[in-house]
Amino acid sequence: MRVALFVTCFNDTLFPDTGRAVVTLLERLGCSVEFPLEQTCCGQMHVNSGYAHEAAPLLARFERVFASDVVVSPSASCVAHVREHVPGVRAFELTEFLVDELGVVDVGASFPHRVVLHPTCHSLRLLKVGDRPRRLLAAVRGIDLVELDAAEECCGFGGTFAVKNADTSMAMLSDKLRHVLDTRAEVCTAADTSCLMHIGGALRRQRAGVRTMHLAEILAAQE
Amino acid sequence: MSFPAAARTTLADAQLRRNLGKATTLIREKRLRAVSELPDWEALRAAGEAIKARAMATLPEQLERLEASVTQAGGVVHWARDGAEANAIVAGIARSNGADEVIKVKSLATDEIGLNEALEASGIRAIETDLAELIVQLAHDKQSHILVPAIHKNRAEIRALFERTIAAGQSLGNEASAIAEAARTHLRAKFLSVPVAVSGANFGVAETGTVVVVESEGNGRMCVTLPRVLVTVMGIEKVLPQWRDLEVFLQLLPRSSTAERMNPYTSLWTGVTPGDGPQEFHLVLLDNGRTRVLADEIGRAALHCIRCSACLNVCPVYERVGGQAYESVYPGPIGAILTPQLRGLDAAPSLPWASSLCGACYEVCPVKIDIPSILVHLRGRVVREQKSSLSPEALAMKAMAAAFGSRRRYEGAQRLARLGRGPLARAALPGWTAMRDLPEPPRETFRDWWRLRHRPGGDVAGRASPGGLVLPPDEGSS
Repeated sequence: MRVALFVTCFNDTLFPDTGRAVVTLLERLGCSVEFPLEQTCCGQMHVNSGYAHEAAPLLARFERVFASDVVVSPSASCVAHVREHVPGVRAFELTEFLVDELGVVDVGASFPHRVVLHPTCHSLRLLKVGDRPRRLLAAVRGIDLVELDAAEECCGFGGTFAVKNADTSMAMLSDKLRHVLDTRAEVCTAADTSCLMHIGGALRRQRAGVRTMHLAEILAAQE
Repeated sequence: MSFPAAARTTLADAQLRRNLGKATTLIREKRLRAVSELPDWEALRAAGEAIKARAMATLPEQLERLEASVTQAGGVVHWARDGAEANAIVAGIARSNGADEVIKVKSLATDEIGLNEALEASGIRAIETDLAELIVQLAHDKQSHILVPAIHKNRAEIRALFERTIAAGQSLGNEASAIAEAARTHLRAKFLSVPVAVSGANFGVAETGTVVVVESEGNGRMCVTLPRVLVTVMGIEKVLPQWRDLEVFLQLLPRSSTAERMNPYTSLWTGVTPGDGPQEFHLVLLDNGRTRVLADEIGRAALHCIRCSACLNVCPVYERVGGQAYESVYPGPIGAILTPQLRGLDAAPSLPWASSLCGACYEVCPVKIDIPSILVHLRGRVVREQKSSLSPEALAMKAMAAAFGSRRRYEGAQRLARLGRGPLARAALPGWTAMRDLPEPPRETFRDWWRLRHRPGGDVAGRASPGGLVLPPDEGSS
């Protein structure tokens, strides 16, 4: 199957490993992956911050760049945004695409580590991906997938919320961190890099010894 | 005070956070159980939403029907444009009945308009009879929750308060029953002697003129049956077209609010019944900004709220900052969309941002108010109507949008960001790094890697890669 990767501006600029992992994973599963270089940003941050006017050309651009493609993206949050605002484009979040379109749960990955999944608000409540991320992880060879307490509660990122309401955001994050650390996991994973940057940023500051990795990186791994 | 500033103060109160965390976690689990029992919960929510939407779409007609029904049943209907008008009407009724005290049923509408303070200024003392409202009143405190206004206080704090006030000098011990008994003794004397009661309304049925109050303690029932005169202050959005509509809301409300199948006390009255209950009934229909909310096609759904407080109990922001940070009788997610609309965006411009848009509120709302979408809509209105288009934020947003507007500018901005400069780098504001590290800028962007991989001699260059075919001319214009 031919798919177009919408890597998101965030991953493109700051977390290229996530995009590389998606390419590795999809090619291993027999997809031919295109990366339209004209893609930039879907405008989610602008819309959610009250700047819908500034986002309109970005959404139009997204539609033009991806009009004729089956689009796959490693961000639940951005997919939810484009699905709402550009309904004409067939965009799938990675775990939706794997489970529903390719019909695979075992993607041939091997990752012998203790892992905890933060299910993310937009995966759960906007895309309603349910237990797809968990099922994909559970099928990874060697993985020790552990339960996260209060898993469905927001980590406190929320885009500009983390900056505009930094104190509240940190109070939410410290509870999320406590639950993550309680699991004694080596790796905290999620289907959205933005939540992971927030969680991972605090884990690094605290030298907690827990890594954050996008779900795609675990599914691509063959350790 | 802005929400972030108010939140900073309340976040520092460790006792408050413990009290709230404990209370909201408990009620959250109970609500989920109460709701899971009903196989038709989603259908009920849809019905609730549809009934409210119809009531709002035909509001003038419904209110006139309500006025006619109440009048026919022997009640008197008053129209109040704002809080000051409503307060003057209530004070006038109390005065003409020679009352220097009124007893009150728990009511958000009267808190919204500051009725107690207005009555006080007219020499009339308002006595709250809801236990939590009484606690807030005695402590000269502010409400922090729609349903449980004193949720921020624990038992020891309440005991000390009662020992200082209504049970002066008496030691109450640690039993909840002894603490409640002190309130009961205090209130019983008032129920039997005060001639005028004031209530709010959960619902007002246009078809029959029936007013409904739903409560748990029975103190409301005392107020609406014992005094000679009853005054109800009802927000105009509380009107329901038909009697049968109650069937839907009397299922939705208790399960969402107290996680009960049915609330202990549901009082319904229609005008005046000779020889039974209050012999004089006044209904004050309150606008106070509601018609302005109705004029906003997206924001108006906030008027569908039935004040269950389920959104507060699941909100991760509310759970940490508490109700007082919202500086309104309507806290939590619903307050964040209702307060700025009722008071005007200029009066509460930071509230639409008091949310991480996690969506938990929308998921539990019994009338399906899409709170996250309304928050985003109101953010847009604040940006357009309240903020300068030359503010640092607006300029940064425009600069980023411009950078994202063409491939050439975007890739240029990526290169600058790696050097810690330009519009993409500036997006990371100081609030971030106080407690979190920023990721190390990677050596190459994803697209750098992709281009290298697909150039002649790159690791996929030899095979017929579709990626190799999509390289567009390196032109930034879109």
